[in-house]
Amino acid sequence: MPDNNKYDAIVVGSGISGGWAAKELTEKGLKVLMLERGRDLEHGKDYVNEGKQVWDFPNRNQRTRKMVEDYPVLSRDYVLTEETLGMWANEKENPYVEKKRFDWFRGYQVGGRSLLWGRQSYRHNRMDFEANKKEGIAVDWPIRYDDLAPWYSYVEGFAGISGSKEGLDVLPDGNFLPPMDMNCVEKDLARRIKKHYNGSRSMFIGRIANLTRAKSDENRSSCMYRAQCWRGCSYGAYFSTQSSTLPAAAKTGNLTVRPFSIVTRVLYDKDKKRAAGVEVLDSETNETYEFTSNIVFLNASTLNSTWILMNSATDIWPDGLGSSSGELGHNVMDHHFRCGANGDVEGFEDKYVYGRRPNGVYIPRFRNVNGDKRDYLRGFGYQGSANRQGWSREIAEMSIGVDLKNEVSKPGGWRMGMTAFGEMLPYHDNRIFLDPEKKDKWGLPVLAFDVEIRENEIKMRKDMIQDAVDMLEAAGVKNVEGGDWGYAPGMGIHEMGTARMGNDSKTSVLNGNNQIWEAPNVFITDGACMTSASCVNPSLTYMALTARAADFAVKELKKGNL
Amino acid sequence: MNRRKLLKLVTMATGSALVGGNLVLNGCARGGLPENLGFSEQDLALLNEIAEIIIPRTDTPGAKDAEVGKFMAATVNDCYYQDDQDTFHEGLAKINEISREHFNTNFINAKQDHRIGLLAELEIEAREYEKPEGGTEHYFTMMKQLTLMGYFTSQAGATESLRHNPVPGRYDGCHPYEEGDPAWA
Repeated sequence: MPDNNKYDAIVVGSGISGGWAAKELTEKGLKVLMLERGRDLEHGKDYVNEGKQVWDFPNRNQRTRKMVEDYPVLSRDYVLTEETLGMWANEKENPYVEKKRFDWFRGYQVGGRSLLWGRQSYRHNRMDFEANKKEGIAVDWPIRYDDLAPWYSYVEGFAGISGSKEGLDVLPDGNFLPPMDMNCVEKDLARRIKKHYNGSRSMFIGRIANLTRAKSDENRSSCMYRAQCWRGCSYGAYFSTQSSTLPAAAKTGNLTVRPFSIVTRVLYDKDKKRAAGVEVLDSETNETYEFTSNIVFLNASTLNSTWILMNSATDIWPDGLGSSSGELGHNVMDHHFRCGANGDVEGFEDKYVYGRRPNGVYIPRFRNVNGDKRDYLRGFGYQGSANRQGWSREIAEMSIGVDLKNEVSKPGGWRMGMTAFGEMLPYHDNRIFLDPEKKDKWGLPVLAFDVEIRENEIKMRKDMIQDAVDMLEAAGVKNVEGGDWGYAPGMGIHEMGTARMGNDSKTSVLNGNNQIWEAPNVFITDGACMTSASCVNPSLTYMALTARAADFAVKELKKGNL
Repeated sequence: MNRRKLLKLVTMATGSALVGGNLVLNGCARGGLPENLGFSEQDLALLNEIAEIIIPRTDTPGAKDAEVGKFMAATVNDCYYQDDQDTFHEGLAKINEISREHFNTNFINAKQDHRIGLLAELEIEAREYEKPEGGTEHYFTMMKQLTLMGYFTSQAGATESLRHNPVPGRYDGCHPYEEGDPAWA
């Protein structure tokens, strides 16, 4: 093995959690190799659609039949548009098998989906870490809120999360930049909701990884309110690997990034019971390389980290490294959503907004907390916004001509809408596995999916719709319509589980420090590690878990324990 | 939920739903890729005239200034599936047919008030039209939607009929609005 293939640490993946792993490990002095299966994508320079106006897109940012043909999975939801084309995995080269429908939206490039994410950033609460144990669901988390709280504060501070402090147990406050503003309609509705529910329900501005104050020492400006984050932002105003963790890691001089590197397996040394490194298939040359290291962080995205384990150490465990508990690949979770309500808000005709806020409002969970008891477990939160309608609204009277043109050139009435994000329980039977037949472009086995929402989620969805209708009506919104706009697992783009943390190697894949029980120098800190899902957007929790695990890993390394 | 209602919801959610485009959110593609029927120069001229009646030039540019005909043709070619393309092309022929029947000339040569009257009738017909199971939207609904979309997403429409600000730099959630001010693009 040539020396130039040896590192202190290997980080597999360059998305939100991989970027954090690379930053933390390099800053603590380790020589780190970051492997990314997709292409390089340089901050600023490679944001090819940034700054384009809608008329600059060949089909005005709609989707063509060709795009639908090329991206049949992406085409199932709003994500397939001209502006982000080229920032999603090539579906023909990277197939997967749907025993049941699963919408897997993958970002294969340096930065991964950190470039494309929704940026909503919330802490899990105390209850989220205790509910499995109290309710006898799956297994208990091996950590509690207090274990993670300082790490939440740490990552919030560096990533730059703007938000308001609300003093709620159900949604703990954090280390926030000043909040963005609600608009005047949202403020009014928030007041009415608070009053109607005697303070037991509240609505406030989303907590989001967009800067409301510049971080000049990191070359990051505050948000310009263009609302086109997903095209990339050369102001560095939202958290991404490129804007935030990658420059920090690069600055140490300890980082090497290798794109076009598909990690095919973790190399396992069965005598030492440690990983020796990883095997890489160069996706361009088809050549295979081995890289060695003292520790390995798997941050390949939830389902791909597990895919790597399933292909590793199969001579010892036929189902892969970490499979001895029988839980590897099981307990797939997402957030089920796409149901809620919307309606018309009367008045406020003399009010409008200036700027395009890339954020909405949030209503934290109120079901099955504070004495409330439903016929299902857990709960949901709402995300929504109020806006004046634009030219695409329906105009009943003025059909064609000057009157139509004049009318739709002006803003329409205000509308308020919201959709719920519900917690999905970890079911052993919701699983992924290696398909025995299908192979990808490189001849590698692909994942098969057998995941569905079950009775608990279906019952919850009734409340997710009805509570939205009731709250909007209580707040004085007119013509309120509730709806279920259809959900399939994966659509939340919050894949979680398949290599869960736990207290016992017989029932979990990872311990409380995100180490694989059978290979303690391998850490998984992306969504695969999640023991339960909470109902809040998960990325901030991956950041905190990653920073915590990296700190632990380096301490253990120094003690000679890894 | 029926498709019309779904489209309405999608419109609210995204600001624009493309009739004919595969925005049906159930993941099933409808049919294969069609052979594009294509649009002749005369078709483009006719589309521009139709669009101009829906969005005429006033003190701001009209649909023709914004080359909406070209946009409609490109969208039908690139985004519409076979049955929607068929309906659209048949509709275009139908408009000339109606014009000849009532005014003894093709639409493009008919008098302005005749053209307006014809499209106003079609607007009513399209509103009352119930899309059959597995069928398509009314062709005039397609034309009107494409006109609005093509116009307000054009540089002329977005910057002159609407207000366009590529880099607002800040957010004010309680900005005063004076009756008559254009909407933001």
